[in-house]
Amino acid sequence: MAILSFTDLEEKCISQNKTVYELAEDEEAKLLEVENDVVRLKVLEDLIAMKDAIKNGLKSKEKAISGWCGDDCAKLIEGYKTRGALFGKTFEKITEYALATVEENLRMGRIVACPTAGSCGIVPAVIVAVSEENNISEAVQINGLLTAGIIGLIVSNKVQLAGAVAGCQAECGVASAMGAAALAQMLGGNVKEVINAAALALKNILGLTCDPVCGLVEVPCIKRNAFLAVHAVTAAELALCGVESKIPMDEIVDTLKITGQLMSPLLKETSLGGLAKTKTAQELEKKLFKNKH
Amino acid sequence: MEQKSLFSVISPIMVGPSSSHTTGAVRLGLMARNIYKNEFKEVKFVLYNSFATTGFGHGTDKGLLAGVLGYSVDDSSIKNIFDIVSNIKYSYEYREDISRHPNSVDIIFDNKMTVSGDSVGAGEIRINSINGFSVNINGAYDTLLLMYKDRPGMISTVSDIIQKQKVNIASLHCDRSSKGGDASMYVALDIPIGEDIVWQVQNIKDVYFVTNIRKLK
Repeated sequence: MAILSFTDLEEKCISQNKTVYELAEDEEAKLLEVENDVVRLKVLEDLIAMKDAIKNGLKSKEKAISGWCGDDCAKLIEGYKTRGALFGKTFEKITEYALATVEENLRMGRIVACPTAGSCGIVPAVIVAVSEENNISEAVQINGLLTAGIIGLIVSNKVQLAGAVAGCQAECGVASAMGAAALAQMLGGNVKEVINAAALALKNILGLTCDPVCGLVEVPCIKRNAFLAVHAVTAAELALCGVESKIPMDEIVDTLKITGQLMSPLLKETSLGGLAKTKTAQELEKKLFKNKH
Repeated sequence: MEQKSLFSVISPIMVGPSSSHTTGAVRLGLMARNIYKNEFKEVKFVLYNSFATTGFGHGTDKGLLAGVLGYSVDDSSIKNIFDIVSNIKYSYEYREDISRHPNSVDIIFDNKMTVSGDSVGAGEIRINSINGFSVNINGAYDTLLLMYKDRPGMISTVSDIIQKQKVNIASLHCDRSSKGGDASMYVALDIPIGEDIVWQVQNIKDVYFVTNIRKLK
């Protein structure tokens, strides 16, 4: 039996006395017709791939094909050496890991789409950085990723997670909600708090457009991953303190969908509007596309 | 509503930067390879629309080539594929055609077979024509594809052979150029079939091409 909504998720968790990740694990095992351990192993595979991507990204300064991007993570690592981040080591790592992952993506490195390639840095950054700084076990990290997965899955049952369909709110926005829920789960939040974390993150990013410069997964996608990873932490902190989203998660998801429909096609991954049509973007486009083919 | 897996949200593990322009390209190549099946000396890719205009920045050209050579979507060497490949000839052409999907490609093997397909988002693909015959293959099913001279009884002959092996048919589609002319049939199957079925279908009168297309992982 599929979980159709966040209300449904909450009710099932409470009536079956399960956490969000336990329910996610059970549902997935039923769907794939495998033991729960197999599901956890598959999640672990993703988690390991995420950590590999971070590791590779931290080491590299290689530029993307555009020649424009690819060395921002290196700048953070250098910068934090002389002047640590205001919010401390966890903040440093979250921003570094998000950039490391997305930069690895744009240089054709190996990453895990989560939920998409353009938003692949957010969930890993949050889970890995917070786990390292708080000695969180691998098992709990898997719980976090399972939680992120079911949040994204329920959203995706209502709206396709693609910039072309609903703008960046459906990619980086949803990734941030997934990361917030993962974090709330890993830090011991209950079912309500986990769903609230997702709701707070998603609600505060509604309306985000998808206007990639030159149609590439670079500007503004790369840095946005760092911003929305931090955004996920804010949502989790608020939720864990009992701050509730006045609008329930299901209604926020409906709003995301409707906002996506209202959004001009020029701002949905067509690169015909927004940042993609700025003077600088158009100049870059001329330079990039000259003599390419 | 079909229940979706959690792993449709977390995954695939892939090389970047784009699920539609990179992963989709590799999978289109892999699918074309599964369809052509033969060793080839030369392959040409005709890229359309967004594949043509933004493809180079997304490694679409590299992905397609890696796919026809059998690389998986998460193989880190895709990035360096141009340095690795030496024994086959490959070329690219770029076109605009608004009648085609934004992310569309023709893959032409040895000037003998043209496989056309689209990358429809999130790494999902659709092969929609093989040598001009319309098909709809998304890589989710093992598929038996045959080309033959149109005549009565072909569908029942083929389905009879499959049914005798107790294989369930998920869907079946036919297309033809004209009555009694060239025709194509593709049969999506719930489980993989053996070469014995392929051999039997190959030996049906008027069938001149059969391929057993494995589904994508």
